[in-house]
Amino acid sequence: MKKTHIALLVLIAATIAVLISFMGKLSTYDSVKSAMKKKGKVVSIIAKLDRSYPIEYDAIKNPNYLSFVAADSVGSNMKVVYRKEKPTNLEHSERLVLKGKMDDDHFECSEILMKCPSKYKDDMKQAKKNLEANKQGDQ
Amino acid sequence: MDYTGEHLFPGLLGHFFVTLSLVASLVATFAYFKSVQSKIEVNANSWKNLARAAFITEVASIFAIFAILFFIIYNHFFEYKYAWQHSSRSLEVKYLLSCFWEGQEGSFLLWSIWHSVLGAILIAKAKKWEAPVMTVVSFAQVCLATMIAGIYFFNWRMGSNPFVLLRHEMDAPIFSDPNYLSLIKDGNDLNPLLQNYWMVIHPPVLFLGFASTIVPFAYTIAGLWTKNFGDWTKPALPWALFSAAVLGTGVMMGGAWAYESLSFGGYWAWDPVENASMVPWLVLIAGIHTMLIYKHTGHSLRATHFLFITAFCLVLYSTYLTRSGDLQDTSVHAFTGEGIAVIHLRALFFVFTIPAFIFYAVRYKQIPGIAKEEQTSSREFWMFIGSLIFFLSALFITIATSLPVINKIFGTHFTMGEDVAFSYNRVIIFVAIIIGILTAITQYLKYKETDSKFFRKKIIWPTVISLIVSCAVIAFGNINYQEHGAGFLGAIWFATACSIYAVVANSAYIWLGMKGKLKLSGGSIAHAGFGLMLIGILLSSSKKEVLSWNTSGIFVPLGEGSKERPGENLTLVKGVPTTMGDYNVTYVSDSMHPKKPLWYYNLHFKNKKSSEQFTLTPNAFVNYKGNQGLMANPDARHYWNHDIFTYITSLPDPEKNKDTSSFKPEILKAGDTAFYSNGFYVLEDLVTRDNIPTGGLAPTDKVFMATIKVYSKNKTSYTSRPFLINKGGSLFPFRDTVTSENLIFQLNRVDGNSAQLGVKESNSVLQYLTLKAYKFPFINLLWLGVIVMVTGIAISIVRRIQLNKSSQEIENLTL
Repeated sequence: MKKTHIALLVLIAATIAVLISFMGKLSTYDSVKSAMKKKGKVVSIIAKLDRSYPIEYDAIKNPNYLSFVAADSVGSNMKVVYRKEKPTNLEHSERLVLKGKMDDDHFECSEILMKCPSKYKDDMKQAKKNLEANKQGDQ
Repeated sequence: MDYTGEHLFPGLLGHFFVTLSLVASLVATFAYFKSVQSKIEVNANSWKNLARAAFITEVASIFAIFAILFFIIYNHFFEYKYAWQHSSRSLEVKYLLSCFWEGQEGSFLLWSIWHSVLGAILIAKAKKWEAPVMTVVSFAQVCLATMIAGIYFFNWRMGSNPFVLLRHEMDAPIFSDPNYLSLIKDGNDLNPLLQNYWMVIHPPVLFLGFASTIVPFAYTIAGLWTKNFGDWTKPALPWALFSAAVLGTGVMMGGAWAYESLSFGGYWAWDPVENASMVPWLVLIAGIHTMLIYKHTGHSLRATHFLFITAFCLVLYSTYLTRSGDLQDTSVHAFTGEGIAVIHLRALFFVFTIPAFIFYAVRYKQIPGIAKEEQTSSREFWMFIGSLIFFLSALFITIATSLPVINKIFGTHFTMGEDVAFSYNRVIIFVAIIIGILTAITQYLKYKETDSKFFRKKIIWPTVISLIVSCAVIAFGNINYQEHGAGFLGAIWFATACSIYAVVANSAYIWLGMKGKLKLSGGSIAHAGFGLMLIGILLSSSKKEVLSWNTSGIFVPLGEGSKERPGENLTLVKGVPTTMGDYNVTYVSDSMHPKKPLWYYNLHFKNKKSSEQFTLTPNAFVNYKGNQGLMANPDARHYWNHDIFTYITSLPDPEKNKDTSSFKPEILKAGDTAFYSNGFYVLEDLVTRDNIPTGGLAPTDKVFMATIKVYSKNKTSYTSRPFLINKGGSLFPFRDTVTSENLIFQLNRVDGNSAQLGVKESNSVLQYLTLKAYKFPFINLLWLGVIVMVTGIAISIVRRIQLNKSSQEIENLTL
């Protein structure tokens, strides 16, 4: 066998080892219920902001404390605590991907990814609303 | 119905050219194909002439489409959906071009334009390779043309045409009015994130990088097709170098854009979109190195084929990833997948990938290789190892980035762990170590085999110098990154040393190996630049400091949410100097853009240790287009060795009115009572503590805390706890607000058991902003490294073209 072949095999084996360890450290998407069963483990939950509860954030008191209630697709609720700044258009988000750990009474969130109507492309619905508003303003 | 005020002619013309470009590129592909397949030279030539005419028509059509679309956007013809959706009247002229890359159609068009330009150069220069290479390029143009065709097949619309009318695309009552255009006052505007000068230049460069990967790919296919294995590497090498230089620049410009206008606090976040554009670059670099091995020794030709095919396929794969919407849950800035069908993007990937790899597999045995194995002392052996590592890290990054795709295929639910960046960094740091060392030593090895004495003699001084420099940097550079333990810190140190080795050894090689001839030293310069980049990345990431630690750099275990480390956000009240790292920062004033809801915040920085003062003006779009919230653009102060970088993270609700009241002094002892407009309050308790067991405070520093019970008229009571820190004689008051009573308490002074309180009743919330600030050290090394690397590659391109020319002349002479 050629030396390059040996090197090839060794490096590919190393890559596979890296990938296995990488896969081992992956977390999973969960629902609120299944996350409850994995307390202390990092999970991602796809949820919606529950607008029937207030969003708690006061930058004067503590700019690093945000708390709100989120509901997943089956309707289970949880209190979410996020110890960073309030993402700017949280109120207008359609969907949230929350990464963090479930604690006893709340979800300790470390990262929020928001799906907003106007992300990269502007939402046509909102644009349409603006158009209609233009029209009404004109008449 | 007749609509008034529409300009339909440009659209008709646009449709015509879109269709023409599709037809012309089809004709070009077919004619070039026939030209390659023709056994008789006369036939081959006439096919080739037809193909050229068709391709030139295609080029003209593409430019016409671009010009017409620009005309529509420039004149604000909002009857066209593209203009309406991506531009507005208030948009500055310099950003009109950016409208092209906000939409799917425009960015595919940009890609086509670059293919056209590259194709035209190939027609002029490629000579005998023209027909097979241009077959591939023309076919790619067919595929891209389908993306903007907008032609219906039964009920399926193929691609998304940029000339469609708004009233055809949207179903709204407004369009029943023949005069609807007069009601559309303005367009939807360009996404504010793209209203940045980097966004004018980054996408064209990146797309040129993407587009140019087709040339080495097309040469590879041409080689397999015409069975001129290996011959194609000569003309393809400068192209591959060009592609690597441009793609690398484009990717790093994206980093610069992210650094200057996105608020994630850095230039690289391992975002899927970033990864997807870097991976082809890694493979391209690997391909260039195996190609050089082939040129000098005849080894690695098969690997070269494989790598150039893969690089191009990865560009297509990244197109699919970023545009299909499949990455929406993981990426901050992926397209949402509107307009062009996912199946269409997948088809684009497979239509090249499957035939190319089948072709490669079929011809694999015929590609010449050398049976004799490489010496371990040879340059080619270690170059091959380096290429392999580049390829494998590309593979790793691709798999990690493709998790959403893997989930889709296998129905799994994997996602990245808590710290996405670290999942990558802990692997890539070892790649940096190995590549650093290989980059340093490989140039000192000779092709085929190296005399060990010779090697030792040459490498000794660069090694000694690097060792000394590295030890100095590690000893005095204060690289102390604790977040992921001692092991990772050790890896950072080691990687830094290896990168320094790469810089020193390659710089030295310009003199030791090339005798100072810069024209011949493109490789060494590029490698040194790459080393500088690595050092810049390692230092800026591991020494990045948060300046805006809340509570003035002092962590006081009080209040809600403080059981963890202090947060990274700091709130500045207008006019109140606040301590932040080495600076006292004051939010002085703000102002607004005359045309847009873009606010500028003047923050005055005053260094506590020196007399240095400066103002940073981060800005933010506030309540843009009816969307509440803000989109912040950072501002940075640049020093030669670090940047002070800040951006706004939160603002008060601007609907609340301005604050006019001030703090009223009140001197109270514990147990005393005082009145306010809506009730009274009692100073219940006054505590003094020293020896606070947390960081930042000396044992003699004190914390005073007042406990105030507020009784309002409506019989509710609240507890408020303002506190005051005495740090080495300086006083830092921390207010507490009873929001529902509009009361703000501030502890100004404590003398024995009496406290001087400041009490404010305010109808409005204070004017304030919340920000994050970082100190980024050595970020300039990264940018410098990129420039040096690209310069080095450019020198190599010039040299390779010259070499090809002179070898061509020799060939001509001998014929």
